[in-house]
Amino acid sequence: MSNSRRVVLLGPQRPDFDIGRVLAELGVRGGVAVVTAGWQERESDDAALIAALGAAGMTAVNLKLHARSEEVFREDRELATAWSARQERLRHLQSFYRVRLDKIEDAARTIAVRLADPELLAAEWRVSTAQFRQLDQDHVVRCREIHATFDERWQVGDRPAVKRQLTEIATLLESAAAVVIAGGHVASLLNRMKLFDLAALLDGKHVCGWSAGAMVLADRIVLFHDFPPYGTDIAQVLDGGLGLAPGLVVLPDPARRVRTDAEDGIARFAHRMAPALCVAMDPGAKVVFEDGRLAQATAARLTTEGAYEREWTLP
Amino acid sequence: MSVHAVAIKALEAGPHTPQAVDEFVSSNSFPIVEGPAITIVYRGDVEAVNLKHWVYGLPSSQPLVRMAETDLWHLTLELPTASRVEYKLEVVKDGRGQWSNDPLNPNRARDPFGANSVAHGVGYEAPHWIEHDPTAAPGRIDEIAFDSKVFGRRSFGLYVPARLRLTRKYPLLVVHDGHDYLRYAALGSILDNLMDRLEIPDMIVVLTSSANRLGEYAADERHAQYLADELVPHLERILPLDGTPQGRCLMGASFGAVAALSTAWYRPGFFGKLLLQSGSFAFTDIGDRNHRGPLFDPVVSFMNQLRAQPIAMSERVFVSCGTYESLIYENRSLVPMLQGTNMDVRYVEARDGHNWENWRDRLRDGLSWLFPGPFLLTYE
Repeated sequence: MSNSRRVVLLGPQRPDFDIGRVLAELGVRGGVAVVTAGWQERESDDAALIAALGAAGMTAVNLKLHARSEEVFREDRELATAWSARQERLRHLQSFYRVRLDKIEDAARTIAVRLADPELLAAEWRVSTAQFRQLDQDHVVRCREIHATFDERWQVGDRPAVKRQLTEIATLLESAAAVVIAGGHVASLLNRMKLFDLAALLDGKHVCGWSAGAMVLADRIVLFHDFPPYGTDIAQVLDGGLGLAPGLVVLPDPARRVRTDAEDGIARFAHRMAPALCVAMDPGAKVVFEDGRLAQATAARLTTEGAYEREWTLP
Repeated sequence: MSVHAVAIKALEAGPHTPQAVDEFVSSNSFPIVEGPAITIVYRGDVEAVNLKHWVYGLPSSQPLVRMAETDLWHLTLELPTASRVEYKLEVVKDGRGQWSNDPLNPNRARDPFGANSVAHGVGYEAPHWIEHDPTAAPGRIDEIAFDSKVFGRRSFGLYVPARLRLTRKYPLLVVHDGHDYLRYAALGSILDNLMDRLEIPDMIVVLTSSANRLGEYAADERHAQYLADELVPHLERILPLDGTPQGRCLMGASFGAVAALSTAWYRPGFFGKLLLQSGSFAFTDIGDRNHRGPLFDPVVSFMNQLRAQPIAMSERVFVSCGTYESLIYENRSLVPMLQGTNMDVRYVEARDGHNWENWRDRLRDGLSWLFPGPFLLTYE
């Protein structure tokens, strides 16, 4: 195994944690830092994960980003209020974006049943796809603007309550050769990682994330579920990710979430996300980036032709 | 009748002996469902038996026919796929008719007036998410007293989710006739289950009831004052509630749906979400007389005002109604009117009547659409 920096994305860790073996294959020995902020208040229920890493010869320490953020917000009420207002703004933005998505979807479906030349309808389908893509892109840009404005105004890293936590996190990371990011609530996970600007602290370390932990490593986080309790839904972009696994849309747990036999739906989704690769990750799936480039994959892939390739591999 | 009731025809074709009838009764479950044909059977030496049901569009009383030389009465109806019908039997003996549940049918639906027998058409299945799930942590329900300037001392039920954390902010759902929803529509189990499965967020639920519901719920502005000016602000002061329009929802069925809609109308912008089931949304297109009687007069007055000048009083509105209800016309009329205000409206119909199990069966759809839970954000 070379010494280059690896970013590894995994499917759900079911039925058992496989993460120890994956890290061992990367040549990781000794210290590992763990992020379980996606588990929110259950963040500290990490005994099984720590034990699995221990069984693979690693000493794991939980960065406890969720608990740290709660501490920051308790200490720095001004920041807490501003942070909460920003989150409220992002939630509104998300709901407005959803309204627009639905309208584009409605228009696409209405046009699709018009009695017109199939070639013309195919061209209209491409227009609808372009509208989706533009809307998705604009949404990420608007989210980034909100983050940038907030960061500029509040200089979060310089605030004493945050600074103190950052010092502790940096100390914990010193002895870690790799950082493991567990799944869970993807928005909460992203939020906590952004608060402590974790991306900046990961330089030179192997990073391994599963499910939501893999999603946040991509450059865009896409929420999806073909079987919501209220019937049907349309995939939506949540926000930009950390960008350590560029050019990828990560779709964890497809067995429970993706209608794999819906060719039209898969084709439309893959076109909408292109040129990004849409990678579906069941338990056992693995995608490896080496120095920022996609190097290996054992996963499923959604293609622009509408195929659900269950056994897609790289190289 | 184009439907094929094979079982009863076979009995009819054979010897009409008491043994044959015994065998027929013991070897079938009732009512007999054969594709779209549903056969209701009664056994007894009586003068007449009539099916009494509340399916709008069909005669509300239909006679069962006595099979010659037997004490077995039967009636075959065509029931569309996935139908659910509540009924009673009127048994006439000594010249007097008495309504009772179908003694051969163990399925019952309870309501504030007692219970009805239930016929399930082919394709209907009671939802799995209404059953108590021992793995889902139950919320806690307490009865709380509240001193209202409008109505004096009132009490309400308060459902608090199992994982309540004071550092979080929760949405508030106000359920009209909430205690009946608990008793007859499995609301407690449904909330526990949907939260446990992340289909709705953890939320705090207020269960209101009124001894004068037909008065207060009929677009009485005092009810809006009670909820929007007194109770909800009070709860937002003492509980970790979201406190935004998006975090407040009114729900109700029948007159309870009128109460929800009219409260939102009296206080536009305060409640961001409405869940309206089989609303008694009576209106007139000309004049102010309606065929439903004086109890509906204030409802008609309110609905006519709303129809004359519809407003976007809320953000998202879920409307459901049974196609076998007399109110289906009013509910179908409501939907385009609400949509015309640019609110986000979702409308769902089911082949069911004006009853609690119909309302129960639509709750997952309505609640999860109004309050999508963290399932979309959670990738373990």
